[in-house]
Amino acid sequence: MASDTDVELSTLGAGLDALEIQSPQGKARWRKVVGSVLPPVIGLLSLLLLWDLVVAAQLKPGYLLPGPGDVWDELTQDWTPDLIGQAIWGSIRRAAIGYGSSIVIGTLLGLALGQSKLLRKTYGPLLSGLQSLPSVAWVPVMIIWFGITPSTIYAVVLLGAVPSIAIGLMDGLDRVPPIYLSVGRNLGARGLDSIRFVLLPAALPGYVSGLKQGWAFSWRSLMAAELIAISPALGPGIGQVLDLASNTLNMKLAFGIIIVILLIGVGINLIFFAPLERRLLRTRGLTRS
Amino acid sequence: MTALTGSGTDKADTAVLTEAVRLVGVSKHFAKDQGAPVLDGIDLTVAAGEFVCLLGASGCGKSTLLNLIAGLDQASSGQVSVPAGRAALMFQESALFPWLSAGRNIELALRLAGVPRAERRPETDRLLELVRLDGAYNKRVHELSGGMRQRVALARALAQKAQVLLMDEPFAALDAITRDVLHEELTSLWQKTGVAIVFVTHNVREAVRLGQRVILLSSRPGRIVREWQVAIDQPRRIEDQPVADLAREITDQLHREISRHGK
Repeated sequence: MASDTDVELSTLGAGLDALEIQSPQGKARWRKVVGSVLPPVIGLLSLLLLWDLVVAAQLKPGYLLPGPGDVWDELTQDWTPDLIGQAIWGSIRRAAIGYGSSIVIGTLLGLALGQSKLLRKTYGPLLSGLQSLPSVAWVPVMIIWFGITPSTIYAVVLLGAVPSIAIGLMDGLDRVPPIYLSVGRNLGARGLDSIRFVLLPAALPGYVSGLKQGWAFSWRSLMAAELIAISPALGPGIGQVLDLASNTLNMKLAFGIIIVILLIGVGINLIFFAPLERRLLRTRGLTRS
Repeated sequence: MTALTGSGTDKADTAVLTEAVRLVGVSKHFAKDQGAPVLDGIDLTVAAGEFVCLLGASGCGKSTLLNLIAGLDQASSGQVSVPAGRAALMFQESALFPWLSAGRNIELALRLAGVPRAERRPETDRLLELVRLDGAYNKRVHELSGGMRQRVALARALAQKAQVLLMDEPFAALDAITRDVLHEELTSLWQKTGVAIVFVTHNVREAVRLGQRVILLSSRPGRIVREWQVAIDQPRRIEDQPVADLAREITDQLHREISRHGK
């Protein structure tokens, strides 16, 4: 009798496993791609169409409200690609340096505040306040301190991005389920091992959303700073070209630059953060399919 | 390795080491409540390779007791020692790390236990096979059923090379059929590995089904009320008459304990 039940139980176990493993029923790859690419493309096209219709209605004279075709012509004119190319390169370089330093500083700050209750009580509210303060507000102060120099621009970018990154990491650390820490301790993870193998991976989703928001803020702050702090000594930048467009009443160029700024901000998000977030959520089972 | 292979020499090792866990006069108060202690004067010795079930209603400090043995918490008074070395702890939820695959969860435990890199993968595969999950190395935690997760968690606990395995209601969240299967598997793993198990549960039949000894704890204060030797041969089934009879006796006593609180 007993040996009979043994066999039954082990095959029973295999049967249960087979029933409980869900067969992946994902859509075909191309359908997924079409499903995620098509809607934003349609959105963009409809916006362009609307723009064109408004222009065609001639509510404003053409030099004040150029159509999409005019803007495209302006951007592809013989002299603009060079100017804009240099400006984009200059701004992206600054963004990379400013955002890169923000990551380093924000991460250290977030780790310190996440680990120490006292530090968090003391400086947490200040950091939240700083996060809601538009960092452009610092531009006049920084110009007086540093003059119109790269330091001014970097300072504004840092003030924009660091709080978001630090707060994201701090929140991520805060939300780590205590049971993971208990498991880590029981597995023998102490000190640095505990941070490396348990705390940081567990806090990663919060950290990544902080990084994402930090990027948005640093790009925004950079554009604002470039638009206000203008000097030939700074070298080319997108904000500078926008200022040029405004001063020469070149609305086609102004619209073109606005679109370029938008595309870069969105593009970086699509290339880096969107896949990273998707992967994080998928591996942890936080999304459907 | 010693905890897992169960070869002749290992048996000799465990014979020398007669005590796996030893608690003497252990009490635990939590700072916030000034009332009855959670645990009060617990004396408990678990022999090497023994399977002990701790039974009690909620609030009897079962989980606290395991945390003390695991070293995750400190006793207010009394002595806790684990002569067998480290104690591996397994929770009610699997508490597997969701950012790692099933196999990587086990590998991390091996790594933290100091197993050299080259040995980790083969050892992981062996442990997965032991819990009948060969081929599940790359599975994500959320892709596994509740029962499978607990089996991976069991493999992870075994990876710690501890001579004592502490289990905190590990099957409480599972359905009855899955639980029956896991009872069977745990019993056979225990027999294969010779590891001592302290198994906490509020399910009397489960305690009788699994343990060599069942210890009943009272609630607030948590004290040892009584213990039973379970002289029923393995393999047992939860439906077996002797299991049911003893479970009934223990349940009656448990009910008396709980009723005291209503008066």
